[in-house]
Order: sequence, then C-alpha cells, then structure tokens
Amino acid sequence: MIVVSTALNTPVPDPPAPRPAVGVACRGIEKEFGSGETRTRVLHGIDVDIGCGALTLLVGPSGCGKTTLISIIAGLLDPTAGDVTLFGTPQSQLRGNRRVDFRARNVGFVFQQYNLLPSLTAAENVAVPLLVARQPRKRAIEQAAGVLDAVGLGSRLKAFPNQLSGGQQQRVAIARALVHEPRLLVCDEPTAALDSSSGQTVMELLKSVAVHPERTVIVVTHDSRVLQFGDRLLEMADGRIVLDTIPQSHS
Amino acid sequence: MNWVAWKMLNGDTAKYLGAVFGVAFGVLLITQQASIFVGLMSRTANPLRDVREASVWVTDRHQQNADEIEPISDGAVHRIRGVEGMDWAVRLYKGVARARRPDGIFRQVILLGVDDHSFVGAPRTILMGDLADLRRPSAMFIDKAGHESLWPGEPLQLGREIEMNERRAVIVGICETSAPFQSFPVVVATYSQATQFIARERKQLSFVVGAPVAGVTPAEACRRIKAATGFEALTYDQFVWQTINYYMANTGIPVNFGITIVLGFIVGAAIAGQTFYLFTLENLRHFGALKAMGVNNRRLIGMVLLQAAIIGAIGYSLGVGMAVAFFEISGRALPDLRGINIPWQVAIGTAGVVVAIITFASLMSLRRVLLLEPAVVFRG
Repeated sequence: MIVVSTALNTPVPDPPAPRPAVGVACRGIEKEFGSGETRTRVLHGIDVDIGCGALTLLVGPSGCGKTTLISIIAGLLDPTAGDVTLFGTPQSQLRGNRRVDFRARNVGFVFQQYNLLPSLTAAENVAVPLLVARQPRKRAIEQAAGVLDAVGLGSRLKAFPNQLSGGQQQRVAIARALVHEPRLLVCDEPTAALDSSSGQTVMELLKSVAVHPERTVIVVTHDSRVLQFGDRLLEMADGRIVLDTIPQSHS
Repeated sequence: MNWVAWKMLNGDTAKYLGAVFGVAFGVLLITQQASIFVGLMSRTANPLRDVREASVWVTDRHQQNADEIEPISDGAVHRIRGVEGMDWAVRLYKGVARARRPDGIFRQVILLGVDDHSFVGAPRTILMGDLADLRRPSAMFIDKAGHESLWPGEPLQLGREIEMNERRAVIVGICETSAPFQSFPVVVATYSQATQFIARERKQLSFVVGAPVAGVTPAEACRRIKAATGFEALTYDQFVWQTINYYMANTGIPVNFGITIVLGFIVGAAIAGQTFYLFTLENLRHFGALKAMGVNNRRLIGMVLLQAAIIGAIGYSLGVGMAVAFFEISGRALPDLRGINIPWQVAIGTAGVVVAIITFASLMSLRRVLLLEPAVVFRG
C-alpha cells in the first residue's frame, strides 16, 4: 500500500492491474515554451500508455504540466520532442488539415468552462461536432437529441445554456463530446466549476456513458472527491509522471 | 458551419446591432454626402439640360461655364445659321435679374429668354397656364420652387405681378425646371421680353443654340462654327462637362464634401471594425473550442467572412435605405434639395466602400482567430 500524494492523501494499491488495448501511447514527450533565457521545459520525457475501456485520471498540482500533456495527446499542441500515437496513428505523421480532420473524427473534448455556444440550444450545441463532420443540420440535431436523452436531458433539448444549471451545462458538454463517437475523450477539470453533488453526477455520467471498450477516456482533475471514479490514476509533478496506479476504490 | 456562424452573430444582439449600425451610419453619411455632391455638381449643368433640343452651344470664346456669361452680339445667330451643316440656330438669354414684389420684397432670379417663335429652351412641365401666353406683353413663367420662394406659404396663382428692371411682369404660367445651382427662382420669358427685364447692354445674347443637319455630327458642326466665326462652339456633352469641371476646380465644394465622405468612411470603419473585433474577441474561446473540435482555418475564415458579410449587407441596405428616405422626405420639404437623388454610381461606390470597411473589420478579427492556439480552450 502506498500514498498517491500528500496533497490528495488517498491510499491506493500497488502495482496497477493489467491494462486493456492501448489507445494512447506517449513516447519521450518533451515540451518547451519560450526561447533563450525565458525557455521553460514543461514536460520531461513522458512515456506512458493509456488503454481503452477505462477512465484514466491525470492529477497533480497546478503547473505540473497536465494541461500541456493532454493538449499534446489531443493534438492541439506539438511536442518539442517525442511522439504520441493515437490508436495506431503517430501524430507526427499528420500535419495541417489532416491532423485537424483526425482530431475531428477521433477526439472529443469536455472543458472546464463548458464552452457551449450561448446562442445555440442544447441540442444544437451537441450537434456541432456532427456539423463539423458536414452532416446535414436536421439529421445532426436529431442525433444530438438522442445523446442528450442518454445523459438525462431529453426534456431540455431547446434550452439555451443560460437556462441550464452548471451541472446540466456540463452534461450537454459531455453529450457534445460523445455525439460523434470519438475514440479518445479528453476532459479538462470537468467538475471544477460544479458543486459536490453536480460533480458526482457528471463523473457518474462519464463513467457510465463515456467509458467504452474501444474508447480512451482521460480526465484531468484537481478534485479529490472524484478520484473514486478513476480506473487508473496518473499523478504528475514537475513535468513528469511520478505515480501510475489504481485508485483504492478499485483495489 | 455557416449556420453556426449566423447563430453566433445573432446571439450577441448588442454587438451585432452595433456593427450593423456602424456600417449603416457610415453608408448613410457617405451616400448622402456623395449624392448631394453629385447632385450639386450636376445642377451646375442643369440650365443646359433643360434645353433638350440643342446639341450645339455657341458662346463667347472665353466662356468657362454656363453661369458666367460674356454676351455676344445679337447678329451672331445669323452667322451661325449660315454655317454649312447647321440645321437650325436660335437665341437664348440666360442671366440674373432682380424681381420685386409690389410690397417691396425682392429676390434675385435666374432669367431665361427663349426664342420668341420656336420656344426652344422653354420649360416642358407646365403646372399652370399655357406656354403660348408667353407671347403676351410682360408675360413670364415662374418655376414652382420660385413661386414658393417669392410667396412662401401661398397657393400657386397666376396673374401675380412683379417688377423687374422697373418693368411690370405678369406671371402667366407656373412650371417645373431642373433645380439650378444657385437656388434662385427661375423665370422664363421670350427672348425679346427677357432683354427688357434687364439693364440694357450693347451685347445681350448669351448663347446661340442649335442642331446640325442629319449626317453632320455636333462635334463636326462645332468645328465648322469655330472656324467660320471665331466663337466658342461646344457640343452639349462638352459644355456640360466644361461647366461641371469648372465648379470642381474653382470651388471648395469637392474638398468639403470629400472631407465628409472620408469622415463617413473612417467613422463607419472605426465603429464597425471595433465592434466586430470585440465580437470576435469575446467569442475567441468559442472559436478556440471549434478549432479544437476540428474546424480548420479555412472554415473559420469562412465563418468570420460570412459574419462580416451579413453585417455589411444589412448595414449597407439600412444605410442606403435611410439615405433614400432622407432624399425622399427632404426633397418634398426642402426645395433646395429637390431633384437630388442617389445615382447608381454612388450606390455602387458606397458598396465598394462597405466591402473595404468589412474587409478591414474581418482582417482585424481573422488575425486573432487564425493565430489562436486551440489549446487555449484548456486554459479556463
């Protein structure tokens, strides 16, 4: 038995259990920002495989490099060195629009601030990734309605974001992230702006709806209350993964 | 994604309307001022336009425009008629006189003296009276705006008398004329009568107007007249442009209107550009989210350009609509602005200016959107 971190103070078992098929493979990921005297190395040779069919939590203190790492994994940032392979496709081989298209097909995002378009209804917001994929609007909104139903918001299809609670907005954001059935779901502090109860609901939803045998789900969080939902926990500090384990609730 | 762009724009009503009205105000200012400018410049040649029958204008060889006139001798008309290739030629008087009402109120008027027999140059739109009455002693026509100017608030009425050059003149008809540049009333009499209404000079003939026979162009006729008589002879088009160019070059009108038009452009561009830029700035995180979700730069450019084009199209329509309403209303209420409308060239030119404003606004915004790192969405 080890302690994950003094900050979280959550006992977890060691070693981790055998993992399913690898969705994300990071090899020697380094990232530097700035140049000359202001150059800062944020990530120091990250090597990690993240499997499908499980919810992986990425934790660590502010400034440890979590956001940079998921940005690189999701293809939003290029690493200074190393490569990320998503479902067998090395990201270094994809450039420009090919990478954008790959991201559009394979990656879903849930943001801390939801980032719902205020002028679109819940169903329209959820339909956006399908519109990005050039699906006809009517069909996209119908499909979005089905996913909203699955996250418990079937009765709020026509509600605008400002008519929804924070928890409901995050559920809309989860539906939006899943509507095009991505193989990688990246969630950035999905419970940070929510109260405890809503946060639990959102995590339960992620666990029940998002986790899929062919999907990799990564959740970045500071929130110690949601650690119980993780199947695997990666803790970062100073640009390195310092702990790779299974939360206690899974032991 | 165009539909998303449209909804984004509609969602922020305040900025949407702000940008639209920025463009609309700029368009109104530019269209209105440019139209008045074109209208004023065009008015300088209106005395020529009202003499539709004449394609050849003969006058003193130092003449520079249709308003500052050096009279030529009355006999000139016979010399012009004698030039080979001329079909007909008649006398036309144009000058400024003083018209005094019986109660002493007076106004400067533009006095036109048309050929006694042919009435070439006489008004075409008669509101009251009969043109033939011009042959009666002391008879004259006055234009409607002139009547309203001399007798404000009173109904149009024939038989009124005014004094010109200590001679009695009787209004026997009321007509419409093209608005003159000087905004004076226009009175029309026969040539022989008109010369009685002004102080006697040795030479009194302003213009000889005429037309060549079939097969001789006005330009050729003018060349022959110059060669044969030494007078200045201009085709209708040449005289119109000579007059307009004179006013363009010798008055401050182009500069003053030009400044207002440039200000309209700057104000329109500043308001629309700034508002649209702020709109984009506030939506930057949404653009970032769309980028993260796989919207490529080409589609983002399309979205921003569509939003800008919608603002430009609606702003342009509103601005032109307001300008049309302005001329429609002011044309009725203010006689000085009658006949001024929006030439299609001004409408097209303003559309070009709107494209420039919108391009400027889009470029400011696009720069931010294109340089936006999609990873910004993870920064809270």
